[in-house]
Amino acid sequence: MRQFLESEIEPLAIGAWVLGTGGGGSPYHGFLNLKKLYREGRTVQLISPEELADDANVAVVSSMGAPMVGLERLTDPEILVEAVRMMEEYRGVKFDAIMSVEIGGGNAIQPFLAAALMGLPVVDADAMGRAFPEAQMTSFAIADLPMFPLTLADVRDNAVVVARAASWKWMERISRKVCVEVGSVAATCKAPRTGREVKDFGIHGTVTQAVAIGNAVQRAQREHRDPVQAILEQEDGKLVFVGRVWDVERRTTEGFLRGKTLIDGLGDYHDQQILINFQNEYTLVSRNGEPLVTTPDLICVLDTVSGEAIGTETLRYGQRVTVIAMRAAPILTTPKGLEHVGPRAFGHDVNFKSVFQS
Amino acid sequence: MKRIGIDVGGTNTDAVLLDGKRVVAGVKAPTTADVMSGVIASLQKLKTAAPQALDVSAIMIGTTHFTNAVVERRNLMRVGVIRICLPTCASLEPLCDWPDDLRAAVDPMSFLVAGGTEYDGRDIVPLDEGAIREAAMRIRDAGIRAVAITAVFSPLRNDFELRAKEIVEEICKGIFITCSHEVGRIGLLERENVTVLNACLGRHGFETVRAFKNALWVAGIDAPFYLTQNDGTVLQADTAARFPVFSFASGPTNSMRGAAFLSGIEDGVVCDVGGTTSDIGYLVKGFPREANSVVKIGGVRTLFRMPDLVSLGIGGGSLIAKKGPKVGPESVGFRLPQSALVFGGNTLTMTDIGVAAGMMDIGDRSLVSHLDRTLVQAVLKSVKERLEDAVDQMKTSPEDVELIAVGGGAPLIPEIMEGVSRVVHCEHGGVANAVGAASAMISGEVDQIASGVDRDKALADAEELARLRAIEGGADETTLTIVDIEDVPIAYLPGNARRVRVRVVGEIAGWQPQTDAAE
Repeated sequence: MRQFLESEIEPLAIGAWVLGTGGGGSPYHGFLNLKKLYREGRTVQLISPEELADDANVAVVSSMGAPMVGLERLTDPEILVEAVRMMEEYRGVKFDAIMSVEIGGGNAIQPFLAAALMGLPVVDADAMGRAFPEAQMTSFAIADLPMFPLTLADVRDNAVVVARAASWKWMERISRKVCVEVGSVAATCKAPRTGREVKDFGIHGTVTQAVAIGNAVQRAQREHRDPVQAILEQEDGKLVFVGRVWDVERRTTEGFLRGKTLIDGLGDYHDQQILINFQNEYTLVSRNGEPLVTTPDLICVLDTVSGEAIGTETLRYGQRVTVIAMRAAPILTTPKGLEHVGPRAFGHDVNFKSVFQS
Repeated sequence: MKRIGIDVGGTNTDAVLLDGKRVVAGVKAPTTADVMSGVIASLQKLKTAAPQALDVSAIMIGTTHFTNAVVERRNLMRVGVIRICLPTCASLEPLCDWPDDLRAAVDPMSFLVAGGTEYDGRDIVPLDEGAIREAAMRIRDAGIRAVAITAVFSPLRNDFELRAKEIVEEICKGIFITCSHEVGRIGLLERENVTVLNACLGRHGFETVRAFKNALWVAGIDAPFYLTQNDGTVLQADTAARFPVFSFASGPTNSMRGAAFLSGIEDGVVCDVGGTTSDIGYLVKGFPREANSVVKIGGVRTLFRMPDLVSLGIGGGSLIAKKGPKVGPESVGFRLPQSALVFGGNTLTMTDIGVAAGMMDIGDRSLVSHLDRTLVQAVLKSVKERLEDAVDQMKTSPEDVELIAVGGGAPLIPEIMEGVSRVVHCEHGGVANAVGAASAMISGEVDQIASGVDRDKALADAEELARLRAIEGGADETTLTIVDIEDVPIAYLPGNARRVRVRVVGEIAGWQPQTDAAE
């Protein structure tokens, strides 16, 4: 266990946004909130999964909703605490640590906010190693761990406990319906995990990974080197395409931001175009109908110059972007993993083939 | 059709007279501390150069006045900030991510009030009108004369903001109010930031426009007058006075548009060398390429669309370190005509280096004949390398590009540069920004909710209406281009509803007629 330093907050936000693969919501507001809490004298300890007792109670905290809504309806840290307290009351337990369900996007920081206010450590792990739009798209779901109960808190003193659900998909459907009803943004505490479960089925070291990506970007920017290259080196990632955004089509359905964007090639990619589909996150890159990169490999759209990640809700005509791919956590690419998070889980009728397989 | 364009820069105030596509005359006068005497001086010079300057149909002024006020933390009003958001958005108070000194200068009195809209158009909770009233009374009692009102999701539904404005106006008579839906888009903190910036510049906006009016009156010019906007279009001055934020980036936009106008080159790099900085931007189809990321003004995050620029501290007035080839970023600025060696001053500036090297011919060359040739060469080499590096950053492909050199210091740009196929100098390039102002365009905008039609139809309808509005505003139909197109779905409303925003711009009709032959 070690203290999470104030100087790591910004790198965490930058790295989490890259790992968000276009979704998960911008970590900027979480970053501001955490900075504020640190300035008020609160701090957070970071604990590695190995350090957890097997019977430790771990709260899995996240803010749920559509990314665009998060830009307007900012989540206050207290509401996250509300969701965790509800779970403690409902279960009659006290939590020993808090973890993120997804390291990609704003949810990388939400557990830190609750942890700072509650004086609990944050686990250096998550359940996606990136961002995904739905509850069944986690390593815990892939491992068939129980998915209930779930607590959900809204700013208007609406509070919901989903006591049981028949499957992870049912949990997703029910909680999503509630979430949409309260404005497509809510604080949730997912099914609590034991220390053993986190050790066995969590994706380890992802907080450290995000901070390392953020540090690489900041170092490159300081030294006037190419930040995109710095990320590729840090993550041993793969360059996919360089171009400019040509068209963006979005629609909000069932609480998701779905759509596609057309990128027109520049430089080495002149005269080529790629299409990227998204459902909150980028899910599929294709060229002339042929898939190039598919989920669960991480598809990141970065500002060509600054290396800053560009979210599906901030894509716009004319942006110059570089598309890169990064490796998915091994559990996601197992046959069972692909059932949950492979291309077909997002309605794309293609098989997963990692860009990292030659 | 004759027009005057004026650009008030940090060092010089430039004025040009355009007749159709022909530049009749272009002049420079030093920018003065009070700004207005510089404008008057430039207009008087213009009248001397072209007596027909009195008889124009429009005057376009571009100014960095408002940006400078923010950057220098001057002329800012105290602002009452009302955010309609509770019970959400309470932890990050307004201006929380502003630089401390700017926040102190604006000294906000902030109120969070219950209300706001959900993403789908429902109320979060009803508007707390009592709290608005209370806030208005406290703002009035504190003697605050500017108010910024921001409601959650107001770009979707602006009625909360409009109602709050009504209440505040009732209680604080004649107060300057900016509502966030007028100036920004989705993104609460950034939109609120812009709203507060606009509010704090309220008085400065009115005073500046009034002073410009006086300057025109003193110069004996009587024609409709416009301020240039960030996107290369113009707004009628009295409207522009209410929205100072819309002219924040007009300086670089004008110089890039002017460069395209003068050179006839639509795609390439523009390097504008002024008194203090060189701004390097990229033209795509005659318009500045926009920056991708969040744009900071004076350290404040905004969602403005701004030209993508690299700014180097190299200008005609840049100080040269006596010993080494270090150039800038310090500059003598508008004191160049007194301070530079070639003008009999005692400060070694970039202009002196340019004159010594035979690149420029101004002032008294004999006053720099004593300069060490090694120093001159070293300075030029360092400048060349920095410019090449900046051009490389702006390029999107490794091929060489054309570079259009403009601004008063354009002669300082070397003729041969790595990565550049050709350095283009144009007649009147020294006043490109004023040319850009004079050739600014007319826009037409539509911002509406479409339902019962698919996306393509919704966009096409909006585009047609935007075109119609631009034509009604005096734009030439054949030159209309879309500069902004955006749609946001509104799931809660029936019929595939979406909010569609389209903005088109075009040149003023009757703009490219007979006078073309004169070129």
